[in-house]
Amino acid sequence: MTEAALESTVDTTAVREVLAQHGRLTVDINTLDVDFDLYGAGLTSLATVGIMLALEDRFEIEFPESMLSRSTFRSVASIAEAVAKLAG
Amino acid sequence: MTTAVTELPVTETTTAAPVALTFDELLTRVHAIGRDVLAVHANDVDRLARFPSESIEAMKQALLLSAYVPQEYGGMGLNIVEISRICEAFGNYCGSSAMIYAMHCIQVACVVHHAQHSSYFRRYLKQLVQEQRLMASATTEIGTGGDLRSSICAIEVNGDCFTVTKKAPVISYGEYSDDLLLTCRSGPNAPASEQVHVMVRRGEYLAEPLSTWDTMGFRGTCSSGFTVTAQGSTDQILPTPFNDILSLTMHPYSHIVWGALWTGIAADAVNQARAFVRNEARKTPGETPISAVRLAEVDLVLQEMRHNVYGLAREYNELLKGGCPGQIHGFGFSIRTNNLKLSCSQRIVEIVGQALLICGISGYRNDSKFSLSRQLRDAYGAALMVNNDRITKLNATMLLAHREGN
Repeated sequence: MTEAALESTVDTTAVREVLAQHGRLTVDINTLDVDFDLYGAGLTSLATVGIMLALEDRFEIEFPESMLSRSTFRSVASIAEAVAKLAG
Repeated sequence: MTTAVTELPVTETTTAAPVALTFDELLTRVHAIGRDVLAVHANDVDRLARFPSESIEAMKQALLLSAYVPQEYGGMGLNIVEISRICEAFGNYCGSSAMIYAMHCIQVACVVHHAQHSSYFRRYLKQLVQEQRLMASATTEIGTGGDLRSSICAIEVNGDCFTVTKKAPVISYGEYSDDLLLTCRSGPNAPASEQVHVMVRRGEYLAEPLSTWDTMGFRGTCSSGFTVTAQGSTDQILPTPFNDILSLTMHPYSHIVWGALWTGIAADAVNQARAFVRNEARKTPGETPISAVRLAEVDLVLQEMRHNVYGLAREYNELLKGGCPGQIHGFGFSIRTNNLKLSCSQRIVEIVGQALLICGISGYRNDSKFSLSRQLRDAYGAALMVNNDRITKLNATMLLAHREGN
Protein backbone atom coordinates (compact mmCIF):
# COMPACT_ATOMS: atom_id res chain seq x y z
CA MET A 1 0.00 0.00 0.00
CA THR A 2 1.33 3.46 -0.83
CA GLU A 3 1.45 6.36 1.60
CA ALA A 4 -0.85 8.33 -0.73
CA ALA A 5 -3.52 5.61 -0.76
CA LEU A 6 -3.52 5.55 3.01
CA GLU A 7 -3.56 9.32 3.33
CA SER A 8 -7.14 9.35 2.05
CA THR A 9 -8.29 7.36 5.06
CA VAL A 10 -5.97 7.94 8.01
CA ASP A 11 -3.24 10.41 8.68
CA THR A 12 -0.10 8.25 8.72
CA THR A 13 1.77 11.21 10.18
CA ALA A 14 -0.27 10.80 13.35
CA VAL A 15 0.51 7.08 13.39
CA ARG A 16 4.20 7.87 12.97
CA GLU A 17 4.02 10.39 15.82
CA VAL A 18 2.48 7.79 18.12
CA LEU A 19 5.15 5.26 17.09
CA ALA A 20 7.92 7.81 17.67
CA GLN A 21 6.63 8.46 21.16
CA HIS A 22 5.60 4.97 22.27
CA GLY A 23 7.19 2.45 19.88
CA ARG A 24 10.60 2.22 21.59
CA LEU A 25 12.02 1.46 18.15
CA THR A 26 15.72 1.19 17.50
CA VAL A 27 15.49 3.33 14.35
CA ASP A 28 13.85 6.66 13.50
CA ILE A 29 10.29 5.86 12.43
CA ASN A 30 10.35 8.61 9.82
CA THR A 31 13.07 6.80 7.92
CA LEU A 32 10.90 3.68 7.54
CA ASP A 33 8.56 2.88 4.69
CA VAL A 34 4.85 2.39 5.55
CA ASP A 35 5.19 -1.35 4.97
CA PHE A 36 8.44 -1.82 6.90
CA ASP A 37 8.18 -4.62 9.49
CA LEU A 38 8.27 -2.75 12.79
CA TYR A 39 9.19 -5.92 14.71
CA GLY A 40 12.39 -5.84 12.67
CA ALA A 41 12.92 -2.31 13.96
CA GLY A 42 12.80 -3.39 17.58
CA LEU A 43 9.05 -3.28 18.26
CA THR A 44 8.04 -5.56 21.13
CA SER A 45 4.59 -6.82 22.01
CA LEU A 46 4.74 -4.90 25.29
CA ALA A 47 5.45 -1.64 23.44
CA THR A 48 2.31 -2.28 21.39
CA VAL A 49 0.30 -1.74 24.58
CA GLY A 50 1.53 1.86 24.84
CA ILE A 51 0.93 2.37 21.12
CA MET A 52 -2.61 1.00 21.40
CA LEU A 53 -3.45 3.23 24.35
CA ALA A 54 -2.09 6.31 22.56
CA LEU A 55 -4.01 5.49 19.37
CA GLU A 56 -7.22 4.95 21.33
CA ASP A 57 -6.78 8.29 23.00
CA ARG A 58 -5.85 10.17 19.86
CA PHE A 59 -8.50 8.74 17.53
CA GLU A 60 -11.18 8.12 20.16
CA ILE A 61 -11.44 4.47 19.26
CA GLU A 62 -11.30 1.20 21.17
CA PHE A 63 -9.36 -1.83 20.00
CA PRO A 64 -11.24 -5.10 20.47
CA GLU A 65 -9.22 -8.05 21.81
CA SER A 66 -9.40 -9.71 18.39
CA MET A 67 -7.37 -6.90 16.83
CA LEU A 68 -4.61 -6.97 19.43
CA SER A 69 -2.45 -9.18 17.28
CA ARG A 70 1.03 -9.05 15.88
CA SER A 71 -0.33 -8.42 12.40
CA THR A 72 -2.22 -5.28 13.49
CA PHE A 73 0.95 -3.61 14.71
CA ARG A 74 3.31 -4.97 12.07
CA SER A 75 3.71 -1.75 10.05
CA VAL A 76 2.63 1.89 9.78
CA ALA A 77 0.26 0.75 7.02
CA SER A 78 -1.34 -2.03 9.06
CA ILE A 79 -1.80 0.26 12.06
CA ALA A 80 -3.35 2.97 9.88
CA GLU A 81 -5.69 0.39 8.34
CA ALA A 82 -6.77 -0.80 11.76
CA VAL A 83 -7.38 2.73 12.95
CA ALA A 84 -9.36 3.51 9.78
CA LYS A 85 -11.49 0.41 10.34
CA LEU A 86 -12.22 1.28 13.95
CA ALA A 87 -12.82 4.98 13.30
CA GLY A 88 -15.01 4.29 10.29
CA MET B 1 -5.47 -42.76 29.26
CA THR B 2 -5.08 -46.16 27.72
CA THR B 3 -3.52 -45.44 24.34
CA ALA B 4 -0.21 -47.10 23.63
CA VAL B 5 2.41 -44.42 23.83
CA THR B 6 5.70 -46.19 23.85
CA GLU B 7 7.43 -49.48 23.46
CA LEU B 8 9.83 -51.27 25.70
CA PRO B 9 13.19 -51.74 24.06
CA VAL B 10 13.70 -55.32 22.97
CA THR B 11 16.31 -56.95 25.17
CA GLU B 12 18.70 -59.59 23.93
CA THR B 13 16.81 -62.33 25.69
CA THR B 14 13.45 -61.31 24.26
CA THR B 15 12.27 -62.55 20.94
CA ALA B 16 8.66 -61.56 21.36
CA ALA B 17 7.29 -58.37 19.81
CA PRO B 18 7.96 -55.20 21.86
CA VAL B 19 5.38 -54.66 24.55
CA ALA B 20 3.43 -51.44 24.22
CA LEU B 21 3.14 -49.41 27.40
CA THR B 22 0.06 -47.42 28.19
CA PHE B 23 0.62 -43.99 29.67
CA ASP B 24 -0.49 -45.22 33.08
CA GLU B 25 2.05 -48.03 32.90
CA LEU B 26 4.72 -45.56 31.88
CA LEU B 27 3.80 -43.35 34.83
CA THR B 28 4.12 -46.34 37.16
CA ARG B 29 7.59 -46.86 35.77
CA VAL B 30 8.40 -43.16 36.29
CA HIS B 31 7.37 -43.49 39.94
CA ALA B 32 9.54 -46.60 40.27
CA ILE B 33 12.53 -44.66 38.92
CA GLY B 34 11.64 -41.85 41.33
CA ARG B 35 11.56 -44.19 44.34
CA ASP B 36 14.52 -46.38 43.39
CA VAL B 37 16.86 -43.73 41.99
CA LEU B 38 15.86 -40.07 42.48
CA ALA B 39 14.79 -40.38 46.12
CA VAL B 40 17.84 -42.47 47.01
CA HIS B 41 20.28 -39.76 45.88
CA ALA B 42 18.20 -36.62 46.48
CA ASN B 43 19.76 -35.66 49.80
CA ASP B 44 23.28 -36.28 48.59
CA VAL B 45 22.64 -34.27 45.41
CA ASP B 46 21.24 -31.47 47.58
CA ARG B 47 24.01 -31.53 50.17
CA LEU B 48 26.86 -31.53 47.66
CA ALA B 49 25.09 -29.38 45.04
CA ARG B 50 26.05 -32.03 42.53
CA PHE B 51 24.52 -33.07 39.23
CA PRO B 52 22.04 -35.95 39.75
CA SER B 53 23.78 -38.17 37.21
CA GLU B 54 22.05 -41.34 38.49
CA SER B 55 18.63 -39.76 37.90
CA ILE B 56 19.40 -38.58 34.39
CA GLU B 57 20.95 -41.94 33.51
CA ALA B 58 17.80 -43.73 34.70
CA MET B 59 15.64 -41.35 32.64
CA LYS B 60 17.79 -42.12 29.59
CA GLN B 61 17.47 -45.86 30.18
CA ALA B 62 13.70 -45.46 30.16
CA LEU B 63 13.97 -43.35 26.96
CA LEU B 64 12.29 -40.48 28.76
CA LEU B 65 14.52 -37.80 27.23
CA SER B 66 12.62 -38.31 23.98
CA ALA B 67 9.18 -38.52 25.58
CA TYR B 68 8.00 -35.37 23.76
CA VAL B 69 9.57 -36.32 20.42
CA PRO B 70 6.90 -37.44 17.93
CA GLN B 71 6.63 -41.16 17.29
CA GLU B 72 7.67 -40.81 13.65
CA TYR B 73 11.21 -40.07 14.89
CA GLY B 74 11.08 -42.90 17.41
CA GLY B 75 10.02 -40.82 20.41
CA MET B 76 7.04 -41.47 22.67
CA GLY B 77 4.97 -38.67 21.18
CA LEU B 78 3.55 -37.63 24.55
CA ASN B 79 1.65 -34.36 24.87
CA ILE B 80 2.24 -31.50 27.31
CA VAL B 81 -0.34 -32.83 29.78
CA GLU B 82 1.44 -36.19 29.94
CA ILE B 83 4.89 -34.57 30.16
CA SER B 84 3.57 -32.47 33.05
CA ARG B 85 2.46 -35.60 34.87
CA ILE B 86 5.96 -37.06 34.51
CA CYS B 87 7.49 -33.81 35.81
CA GLU B 88 5.08 -33.83 38.75
CA ALA B 89 5.95 -37.46 39.51
CA PHE B 90 9.70 -36.74 39.49
CA GLY B 91 9.02 -33.70 41.70
CA ASN B 92 7.81 -36.11 44.38
CA TYR B 93 11.32 -37.54 44.73
CA CYS B 94 13.97 -34.95 43.82
CA GLY B 95 13.26 -31.32 42.87
CA SER B 96 16.56 -30.82 41.08
CA SER B 97 16.18 -33.95 38.93
CA ALA B 98 12.60 -32.97 38.10
CA MET B 99 13.72 -29.44 37.19
CA ILE B 100 16.44 -30.74 34.89
CA TYR B 101 13.95 -33.07 33.21
CA ALA B 102 11.43 -30.24 32.79
CA MET B 103 14.04 -27.86 31.37
CA HIS B 104 15.22 -30.51 28.94
CA CYS B 105 11.62 -31.08 27.77
CA ILE B 106 11.21 -27.33 27.15
CA GLN B 107 14.20 -27.36 24.79
CA VAL B 108 12.90 -30.47 23.03
CA ALA B 109 9.53 -28.75 22.58
CA CYS B 110 11.21 -25.73 20.94
CA VAL B 111 12.73 -28.04 18.32
CA VAL B 112 9.59 -30.19 17.91
CA HIS B 113 7.29 -27.18 17.52
CA HIS B 114 9.51 -24.90 15.45
CA ALA B 115 12.17 -26.81 13.56
CA GLN B 116 10.63 -29.92 12.05
CA HIS B 117 10.59 -28.31 8.62
CA SER B 118 14.39 -28.35 8.64
CA SER B 119 16.10 -31.56 7.52
CA TYR B 120 18.94 -30.86 9.98
CA PHE B 121 16.55 -30.81 12.93
CA ARG B 122 14.59 -33.83 11.69
CA ARG B 123 17.88 -35.72 11.75
CA TYR B 124 18.63 -34.21 15.14
CA LEU B 125 15.36 -35.50 16.59
CA LYS B 126 16.21 -39.04 15.49
CA GLN B 127 19.66 -38.69 17.02
CA LEU B 128 18.12 -37.35 20.23
CA VAL B 129 15.96 -40.46 20.44
CA GLN B 130 18.79 -42.87 19.73
CA GLU B 131 21.40 -41.25 21.94
CA GLN B 132 19.05 -39.79 24.58
CA ARG B 133 20.87 -36.46 24.35
CA LEU B 134 20.39 -33.98 27.17
CA MET B 135 19.50 -30.44 26.05
CA ALA B 136 20.15 -27.28 28.06
CA SER B 137 19.36 -23.61 27.53
CA ALA B 138 21.31 -20.35 27.47
CA THR B 139 18.73 -17.59 27.19
CA THR B 140 19.64 -15.00 29.82
CA GLU B 141 22.67 -12.81 29.28
CA ILE B 142 24.79 -10.59 31.48
CA GLY B 143 23.72 -7.00 30.79
CA THR B 144 20.11 -7.55 29.71
CA GLY B 145 18.71 -7.61 33.25
CA GLY B 146 16.99 -10.97 32.86
CA ASP B 147 15.00 -9.93 29.79
CA LEU B 148 14.73 -12.97 27.53
CA ARG B 149 13.43 -10.83 24.69
CA SER B 150 16.67 -9.03 24.09
CA SER B 151 20.24 -10.07 23.41
CA ILE B 152 23.54 -8.28 23.35
CA CYS B 153 25.60 -10.99 21.70
CA ALA B 154 25.16 -11.56 17.97
CA ILE B 155 25.66 -14.45 15.65
CA GLU B 156 28.22 -13.88 12.91
CA VAL B 157 27.65 -15.86 9.77
CA ASN B 158 30.44 -16.56 7.34
CA GLY B 159 29.33 -18.72 4.42
CA ASP B 160 27.76 -21.85 5.90
CA CYS B 161 29.33 -21.36 9.32
CA PHE B 162 28.55 -19.24 12.33
CA THR B 163 30.35 -18.10 15.44
CA VAL B 164 28.85 -16.61 18.58
CA THR B 165 30.07 -15.70 22.06
CA LYS B 166 27.63 -15.28 24.91
CA LYS B 167 28.11 -14.37 28.56
CA ALA B 168 25.36 -16.34 30.26
CA PRO B 169 24.86 -15.72 34.00
CA VAL B 170 23.05 -19.06 34.34
CA ILE B 171 23.15 -22.25 32.30
CA SER B 172 21.43 -25.00 34.23
CA TYR B 173 23.41 -28.27 34.08
CA GLY B 174 25.51 -26.59 31.36
CA GLU B 175 28.51 -28.73 32.18
CA TYR B 176 26.56 -31.94 31.74
CA SER B 177 24.39 -31.28 28.70
CA ASP B 178 25.03 -32.62 25.22
CA ASP B 179 23.50 -29.74 23.31
CA LEU B 180 22.63 -26.16 24.14
CA LEU B 181 19.95 -23.87 22.70
CA LEU B 182 21.30 -20.35 22.84
CA THR B 183 19.71 -17.00 21.97
CA CYS B 184 21.52 -14.13 20.27
CA ARG B 185 20.85 -11.26 17.88
CA SER B 186 20.39 -12.38 14.28
CA GLY B 187 23.44 -10.40 13.18
CA PRO B 188 25.90 -7.75 14.35
CA ASN B 189 23.60 -4.95 13.12
CA ALA B 190 20.29 -6.40 14.32
CA PRO B 191 18.33 -4.69 17.11
CA ALA B 192 18.42 -6.29 20.57
CA SER B 193 14.93 -7.75 20.09
CA GLU B 194 15.63 -9.46 16.76
CA GLN B 195 16.87 -12.78 18.06
CA VAL B 196 17.58 -16.21 16.70
CA HIS B 197 17.69 -19.51 18.57
CA VAL B 198 20.78 -21.55 17.79
CA MET B 199 21.72 -25.08 18.72
CA VAL B 200 25.31 -25.55 19.74
CA ARG B 201 26.64 -29.06 20.14
CA ARG B 202 29.06 -30.54 22.63
CA GLY B 203 32.49 -30.40 21.07
CA GLU B 204 31.58 -27.26 19.14
CA TYR B 205 31.62 -24.88 22.05
CA LEU B 206 33.88 -23.79 24.86
CA ALA B 207 32.33 -22.91 28.19
CA GLU B 208 34.45 -20.82 30.51
CA PRO B 209 33.04 -20.62 34.04
CA LEU B 210 31.84 -17.18 35.16
CA SER B 211 30.19 -18.07 38.45
CA THR B 212 29.42 -21.00 40.69
CA TRP B 213 26.07 -22.41 41.90
CA ASP B 214 25.89 -22.55 45.68
CA THR B 215 22.27 -21.72 46.38
CA MET B 216 19.54 -22.32 48.91
CA GLY B 217 17.61 -24.79 46.76
CA PHE B 218 17.55 -26.61 43.43
CA ARG B 219 21.19 -27.20 44.18
CA GLY B 220 21.52 -30.19 41.88
CA THR B 221 20.62 -28.18 38.79
CA CYS B 222 24.21 -26.88 38.84
CA SER B 223 23.13 -23.61 37.19
CA SER B 224 26.51 -21.91 37.00
CA GLY B 225 27.33 -19.03 34.65
CA PHE B 226 29.55 -19.45 31.61
CA THR B 227 31.00 -17.55 28.72
CA VAL B 228 30.07 -19.75 25.79
CA THR B 229 32.10 -19.47 22.61
CA ALA B 230 30.51 -21.56 19.91
CA GLN B 231 30.74 -22.31 16.25
CA GLY B 232 28.76 -24.49 13.92
CA SER B 233 26.86 -24.77 10.68
CA THR B 234 24.09 -22.31 9.81
CA ASP B 235 21.73 -25.34 9.68
CA GLN B 236 21.85 -25.22 13.47
CA ILE B 237 19.93 -21.94 13.57
CA LEU B 238 16.28 -22.75 14.30
CA PRO B 239 14.23 -21.77 11.24
CA THR B 240 11.75 -19.70 13.29
CA PRO B 241 12.41 -16.28 14.89
CA PHE B 242 13.07 -16.63 18.64
CA ASN B 243 10.28 -14.19 19.42
CA ASP B 244 7.76 -16.71 18.04
CA ILE B 245 9.46 -19.65 19.75
CA LEU B 246 9.32 -17.78 23.05
CA SER B 247 5.69 -16.81 22.93
CA LEU B 248 4.34 -19.97 21.28
CA THR B 249 6.41 -22.52 23.14
CA MET B 250 9.09 -21.56 25.63
CA HIS B 251 6.92 -19.25 27.74
CA PRO B 252 3.79 -21.42 28.11
CA TYR B 253 5.64 -24.75 28.12
CA SER B 254 8.07 -23.60 30.85
CA HIS B 255 5.44 -22.29 33.21
CA ILE B 256 3.30 -25.41 32.79
CA VAL B 257 6.08 -27.95 33.38
CA TRP B 258 7.60 -25.89 36.20
CA GLY B 259 4.17 -25.62 37.80
CA ALA B 260 3.83 -29.39 37.46
CA LEU B 261 7.14 -30.22 39.13
CA TRP B 262 6.50 -27.66 41.87
CA THR B 263 3.18 -29.41 42.43
CA GLY B 264 5.17 -32.63 42.77
CA ILE B 265 7.43 -31.08 45.42
CA ALA B 266 4.39 -29.67 47.26
CA ALA B 267 2.65 -33.06 47.08
CA ASP B 268 5.77 -34.72 48.50
CA ALA B 269 5.64 -32.32 51.48
CA VAL B 270 1.92 -33.01 51.95
CA ASN B 271 2.59 -36.76 51.80
CA GLN B 272 5.17 -36.42 54.55
CA ALA B 273 2.71 -34.40 56.60
CA ARG B 274 0.07 -37.09 56.00
CA ALA B 275 2.44 -39.80 57.21
CA PHE B 276 3.20 -37.71 60.28
CA VAL B 277 -0.49 -37.12 61.04
CA ARG B 278 -1.19 -40.84 60.68
CA ASN B 279 1.52 -41.56 63.23
CA GLU B 280 -0.10 -39.05 65.58
CA ALA B 281 -3.53 -40.53 65.04
CA ARG B 282 -2.26 -43.98 65.94
CA LYS B 283 -1.10 -42.66 69.29
CA THR B 284 -4.57 -41.36 70.16
CA PRO B 285 -7.10 -43.82 68.72
CA GLY B 286 -10.62 -42.47 68.25
CA GLU B 287 -9.49 -38.86 68.32
CA THR B 288 -8.73 -36.73 65.24
CA PRO B 289 -5.51 -34.85 65.98
CA ILE B 290 -5.44 -31.08 65.40
CA SER B 291 -2.73 -31.65 62.78
CA ALA B 292 -5.30 -33.58 60.72
CA VAL B 293 -7.32 -30.39 60.37
CA ARG B 294 -4.24 -28.57 59.14
CA LEU B 295 -3.67 -31.43 56.72
CA ALA B 296 -7.20 -31.03 55.36
CA GLU B 297 -6.55 -27.32 54.83
CA VAL B 298 -3.26 -27.79 53.02
CA ASP B 299 -4.67 -30.59 50.86
CA LEU B 300 -7.22 -28.14 49.50
CA VAL B 301 -4.50 -25.70 48.44
CA LEU B 302 -2.58 -28.54 46.78
CA GLN B 303 -5.68 -29.51 44.81
CA GLU B 304 -6.14 -25.92 43.60
CA MET B 305 -2.50 -25.74 42.58
CA ARG B 306 -2.70 -29.01 40.65
CA HIS B 307 -5.94 -28.09 38.89
CA ASN B 308 -4.46 -24.74 37.91
CA VAL B 309 -1.48 -26.48 36.26
CA TYR B 310 -3.53 -29.07 34.36
CA GLY B 311 -6.20 -26.55 33.39
CA LEU B 312 -3.65 -24.49 31.51
CA ALA B 313 -1.78 -27.58 30.25
CA ARG B 314 -5.01 -28.86 28.66
CA GLU B 315 -5.85 -25.44 27.22
CA TYR B 316 -2.36 -25.17 25.70
CA ASN B 317 -2.57 -28.71 24.36
CA GLU B 318 -5.92 -27.93 22.70
CA LEU B 319 -4.53 -24.74 21.14
CA LEU B 320 -1.53 -26.67 19.82
CA LYS B 321 -3.72 -29.44 18.41
CA GLY B 322 -6.11 -26.93 16.90
CA GLY B 323 -3.28 -24.98 15.28
CA CYS B 324 -4.26 -21.69 16.95
CA PRO B 325 -1.00 -19.72 17.15
CA GLY B 326 -2.95 -16.46 17.20
CA GLN B 327 -4.56 -17.34 20.51
CA ILE B 328 -1.29 -18.49 22.08
CA HIS B 329 0.33 -15.22 20.95
CA GLY B 330 -2.54 -13.19 22.41
CA PHE B 331 -2.36 -11.22 25.63
CA GLY B 332 -5.15 -13.29 27.20
CA PHE B 333 -3.24 -16.59 27.09
CA SER B 334 0.02 -14.87 28.05
CA ILE B 335 -1.58 -13.35 31.12
CA ARG B 336 -3.07 -16.69 32.15
CA THR B 337 0.32 -18.36 31.69
CA ASN B 338 1.96 -15.72 33.88
CA ASN B 339 -0.81 -16.07 36.46
CA LEU B 340 -0.13 -19.80 36.61
CA LYS B 341 3.54 -19.14 37.37
CA LEU B 342 2.76 -16.47 39.97
CA SER B 343 0.17 -18.64 41.66
CA CYS B 344 2.16 -21.90 41.68
CA SER B 345 5.34 -20.26 42.93
CA GLN B 346 3.42 -18.80 45.88
CA ARG B 347 1.34 -21.92 46.57
CA ILE B 348 4.42 -24.15 46.78
CA VAL B 349 5.88 -22.03 49.60
CA GLU B 350 2.53 -21.94 51.36
CA ILE B 351 2.00 -25.70 51.07
CA VAL B 352 5.49 -26.76 52.15
CA GLY B 353 5.29 -24.21 55.00
CA GLN B 354 1.99 -25.69 56.16
CA ALA B 355 3.39 -29.20 55.90
CA LEU B 356 6.29 -28.06 58.08
CA LEU B 357 3.87 -26.77 60.71
CA ILE B 358 2.16 -30.16 60.70
CA CYS B 359 5.39 -32.12 61.04
CA GLY B 360 6.70 -29.68 63.63
CA ILE B 361 10.21 -30.17 64.91
CA SER B 362 10.44 -33.48 63.00
CA GLY B 363 10.03 -31.55 59.76
CA TYR B 364 12.47 -28.88 60.89
CA ARG B 365 15.23 -31.36 61.66
CA ASN B 366 17.69 -32.27 58.92
CA ASP B 367 18.18 -35.77 60.29
CA SER B 368 14.56 -36.88 60.52
CA LYS B 369 12.62 -38.96 58.02
CA PHE B 370 10.02 -36.15 58.05
CA SER B 371 12.62 -33.46 57.22
CA LEU B 372 11.24 -30.79 54.87
CA SER B 373 14.42 -28.78 54.61
CA ARG B 374 15.14 -29.55 50.95
CA GLN B 375 11.53 -29.10 49.85
CA LEU B 376 11.27 -25.75 51.66
CA ARG B 377 14.52 -24.43 50.19
CA ASP B 378 13.51 -25.61 46.70
CA ALA B 379 10.09 -23.99 47.14
CA TYR B 380 11.55 -20.53 47.65
CA GLY B 381 13.35 -20.75 44.32
CA ALA B 382 10.10 -20.87 42.36
CA ALA B 383 9.32 -17.17 42.74
CA LEU B 384 12.86 -16.21 41.73
CA MET B 385 13.45 -18.17 38.55
CA VAL B 386 12.01 -15.54 36.21
CA ASN B 387 11.31 -13.13 39.03
CA ASN B 388 7.68 -12.78 40.04
CA ASP B 389 7.97 -8.97 40.20
CA ARG B 390 8.97 -8.89 36.54
CA ILE B 391 6.04 -11.14 35.61
CA THR B 392 3.56 -9.10 37.63
CA LYS B 393 4.74 -5.94 35.91
CA LEU B 394 4.33 -7.59 32.47
CA ASN B 395 0.82 -8.67 33.39
CA ALA B 396 0.01 -5.18 34.64
CA THR B 397 1.04 -3.75 31.27
CA MET B 398 -0.80 -6.39 29.23
CA LEU B 399 -3.95 -6.00 31.32
CA LEU B 400 -4.12 -2.38 30.17
CA ALA B 401 -4.79 -3.69 26.69
CA HIS B 402 -6.51 -7.00 27.36
CA ARG B 403 -10.29 -7.19 27.42
CA GLU B 404 -12.15 -10.30 28.43
CA GLY B 405 -14.62 -11.73 25.99
CA ASN B 406 -14.36 -9.55 22.88
